[in-house]
Amino acid sequence: MLNPDSVGRTFYGAEPVSVTQSEIDSFAAVVGELNPVVAPPTFSIRITLAQSQQLLSDPSVGLDWSRLVHGDQKFEIHRPIVAGDQLTCSSTIENYKVAAGNEIVTVRSDLHAGSELVVSTWSTLVVRA
Amino acid sequence: MVDSGGASMIEVGTKLTERIFWIDRALLKQYADASGDQNPIHQDEAFAKSVGLPDVIAHGMLTMALVAKFVTDWSGGSASMKEFSGRFTKPVIVPAGAQVDLTVNGIVVEVDEQTVRLELTATSNGIKVLGMSKALTFYS
Repeated sequence: MLNPDSVGRTFYGAEPVSVTQSEIDSFAAVVGELNPVVAPPTFSIRITLAQSQQLLSDPSVGLDWSRLVHGDQKFEIHRPIVAGDQLTCSSTIENYKVAAGNEIVTVRSDLHAGSELVVSTWSTLVVRA
Repeated sequence: MVDSGGASMIEVGTKLTERIFWIDRALLKQYADASGDQNPIHQDEAFAKSVGLPDVIAHGMLTMALVAKFVTDWSGGSASMKEFSGRFTKPVIVPAGAQVDLTVNGIVVEVDEQTVRLELTATSNGIKVLGMSKALTFYS
């Protein structure tokens, strides 16, 4: 079970993530887009899911990632991600509840380039009972 | 008065032309490599079945990536998307050797001077796989 004290806590990724054109190209190719100028709208998940998983695997949080299912996803895109962006990820557990034994956790992740907020994402994750 | 075009030309209730994307195991592998999500439920049939799934399932975020493509091909490219959300209601099941459909539809529900809000649906094999899905885009 999740430690209730971790709700509202913000975890900061240690290192900025560098975005390369080849990563954008690979992601865009999956949906049939060639020679992309900017990253596709959902590209940020590549950064936020891995980073928030790492951050929230902190033993003080207590989430069981092995039984996790993706429930909902939301993006607020302030500007498209482009090659050369150096993005830092911060993740906050915004909401937590238990329903029918399942734990339902909403994690907000913000990607900043310096002080500029580029993308905010909300992932609702369900830890199955 | 000169019409500036863009979003003001679009009417609430406009339906986007339905589009079908085809998903197979090779696309799941390609998405796993591109996204970094190497969860075996999206690639390994024996593993997927061992955790109670009927077969390999597609990444929910692959579904959203394809629905985003549907939206931005209509609205003016990847840079046009401002907000995008959805709920994974049922998994997209991808048997070995099969191509399964992701059938996407959308309708305009709100129009502003610069932006359009859409409600979106996606089904696979007739089953709704993405619900409560909305997008807010610039339109050009």
